[in-house]
Amino acid sequence: MIDMGANTLFSHSMRIAWKDLTELFRNRLGLVLLIVMPLFMMVMVGFIYPSNGGTGANLPVGIVNEDSGFNNSTIPSQTFIMGLQQMNNQTHYLAFSNVTTMADIRDMVQKGNLEGGIVIPSNFSQSILSGQQGTVIIITDNSNLQISAQINGYSQLYVETLNIALAQSNVQRISPNQTNTLAVVNPYNLQLQGVVSGTTNYFDFVAPGIMAMTVMMSVMTGLPVAISQEKEVGTMDGMMVAPINRLSIILGKTLGQTARGLLQGVIILVLAIGLFGVAIQGSILLVFALLLLGVFSFVGLGIVITSFTKDQETAQMLMMTLMFPMMFLSGVFFPIQTMPWYMQDIAKFMPLTYAADAMRKVMVLGAGVSAISTEIIILIAFGAIMTAIAVPVFRRMMTR
Amino acid sequence: MSNESIIEVKNLTKMFNKFTAVDDISFDVKKGEIFGLLGPNGAGKSTTLRMLSTLARPTKGTATIGGFDIAKDDNEVRKLIGIVSEKMIMYNRLTAKENLWFFGSLFNLPKDVMSKRIDELLELVQLTKWKNAQVGTFSTGMRQRMNVIRALLNRPQVLFLDEPTLGLDPQSSVEIRDFIKKLNRENGTTVMITTHMMVDADLLCDRIAIVDHGKIVALDTSANLKKTISGADTTIISLEISNLSPELINALRELDCVDAVTQENTLNLRIIVHGSEAFDSVIDKVRKMNGKISSMQNLQPSLEDVFLHITGHQVRDSADQKITQEHRRFGAPQQGRIR
Repeated sequence: MIDMGANTLFSHSMRIAWKDLTELFRNRLGLVLLIVMPLFMMVMVGFIYPSNGGTGANLPVGIVNEDSGFNNSTIPSQTFIMGLQQMNNQTHYLAFSNVTTMADIRDMVQKGNLEGGIVIPSNFSQSILSGQQGTVIIITDNSNLQISAQINGYSQLYVETLNIALAQSNVQRISPNQTNTLAVVNPYNLQLQGVVSGTTNYFDFVAPGIMAMTVMMSVMTGLPVAISQEKEVGTMDGMMVAPINRLSIILGKTLGQTARGLLQGVIILVLAIGLFGVAIQGSILLVFALLLLGVFSFVGLGIVITSFTKDQETAQMLMMTLMFPMMFLSGVFFPIQTMPWYMQDIAKFMPLTYAADAMRKVMVLGAGVSAISTEIIILIAFGAIMTAIAVPVFRRMMTR
Repeated sequence: MSNESIIEVKNLTKMFNKFTAVDDISFDVKKGEIFGLLGPNGAGKSTTLRMLSTLARPTKGTATIGGFDIAKDDNEVRKLIGIVSEKMIMYNRLTAKENLWFFGSLFNLPKDVMSKRIDELLELVQLTKWKNAQVGTFSTGMRQRMNVIRALLNRPQVLFLDEPTLGLDPQSSVEIRDFIKKLNRENGTTVMITTHMMVDADLLCDRIAIVDHGKIVALDTSANLKKTISGADTTIISLEISNLSPELINALRELDCVDAVTQENTLNLRIIVHGSEAFDSVIDKVRKMNGKISSMQNLQPSLEDVFLHITGHQVRDSADQKITQEHRRFGAPQQGRIR
């Protein structure tokens, strides 16, 4: 008897899910958006966070040479500027132009013609030729932190390279027998090595998170919207007046939304691999198992919200309010470790944090089940608690 | 129609917070009867229907359908009933056949039975040609026919119809009424219908319950209800006054012998009066106010007159805007006359 009940519960759920998916596939525009939305999201975050290294940024920077020379010689400043230009001709990080005064640089930065400037003060040659350090001033627009940091970084790189080259030639002059001059100037060498072989970019970091987010969100937002829409249109009455278990309505809706979410997950995965060069290190099966677990952890929350919202508009607004903190606090786009402590504490209460983290470990680091057991346990616990709250709430809502 | 009751309603009450939508109503519906709930929007008709069709829980009281309690044996009740809501219960992106198949599958019908029944029903309302077209492309009349046959998939013994002719053109209304009559005559289906349209109630229903402010204020056949007017010394007169003014209407309302005055158009008045002196008093009053009577007629009472006579207001005045709003907030179906 119980077995039969479970059987019809399942078959009714499948019917409802099938009906929802048929409607989805007949909605052309909706289908297109289903593909375009994740594509936009990936492309956009890709632009906001360009991958490391990068090609020529060609940031416009003005050079002012105020050097008045020493004994009529301005050779040191000219050598310096030539060195900068030679290096930049290879990297194109900056785009140099000659400017007359420091005031002009400020003026042009304000107008937007320049992003910053390099100033060689009047005593530059004098200092160098009298055995002192020659100071170079870098001016940046420190209200634009990202650009300012880039110009700083590139300038420092250039100056350091010039320093080393000069030091090397000095060593050579003092001790002509020295074969490895670099070892004298820079005895310590630094080598960077990531856990993941090969080069990685920001998409490797963000793709697993976006997948987890899209799938879980589609259940959490799709469920209340789908149910409140049926209530509003009146079709819910058609299901309610049939002799079916009320749970099969919510189960069927969940199945439909999950299928939709997984489809979107696959689209993101294909885009990530095909367009953005993301490589998957771990098991693809584990990736999908994690996505399903993520869905389970969110269903309860979706049902509770469904039960408390009377119409589609409220459901959508409530979803937006919940989605934004989740998107930005769950470590999908930014690492949680860089957030202030209180934000990190809030992030700990969001299931998406654990799902995104586990997905990243599997997809990027090639982790197995044992490495993500904590995340799995937390997701199961969260899902179980929310479902336990949701089922009685939903039952009560249905028989008003 | 037999004497056996199929629906028994006892002290049924529904409250939404402090507002009483259905106020302690009791009635029986006989097997094979067409029973109408007539009343203005917000009178509690739809809420009554929703409770009987297990879509809403009564606050107090009980009702049984075919012997099953609507609250305790709701799934048994659901097997016996079909509901045609004021809203169209169908999915626009599914075809006619897919819609019927979906709702039918929720009743656990064997596939061959369902397939046969769907074909029969589509044929019955002349939609066979359109069975593979998405219902989003259908006209309002076609959609309403779909809406009705959807409720018949499980061969219900009791069919509930909530404002089935709302928003339909006269032609489609006639079709729906004929269809309901045919269904009742040929299959013996008991029909319970809510409406605020006098024609529907008059032409369709064996018995009519007049509902106002959540209570049943009268329950009888259409003919008997009308007799309550003509049987008493009540008369209905139609007056055409070429210089009709609001002052004149108010003056007539103040007469002792006048029960109610309704203005039918710019020149015509429909006046319910009582007593043997009534005619003279009305004519005297019109003359005194310098009104020019261009035509005068003695009318047969209509259901509208009965309603007016019993409740003191017209059916087409919505009971109360505020009540309707409140009604909706708690999940009752949307009524026709909300701003």
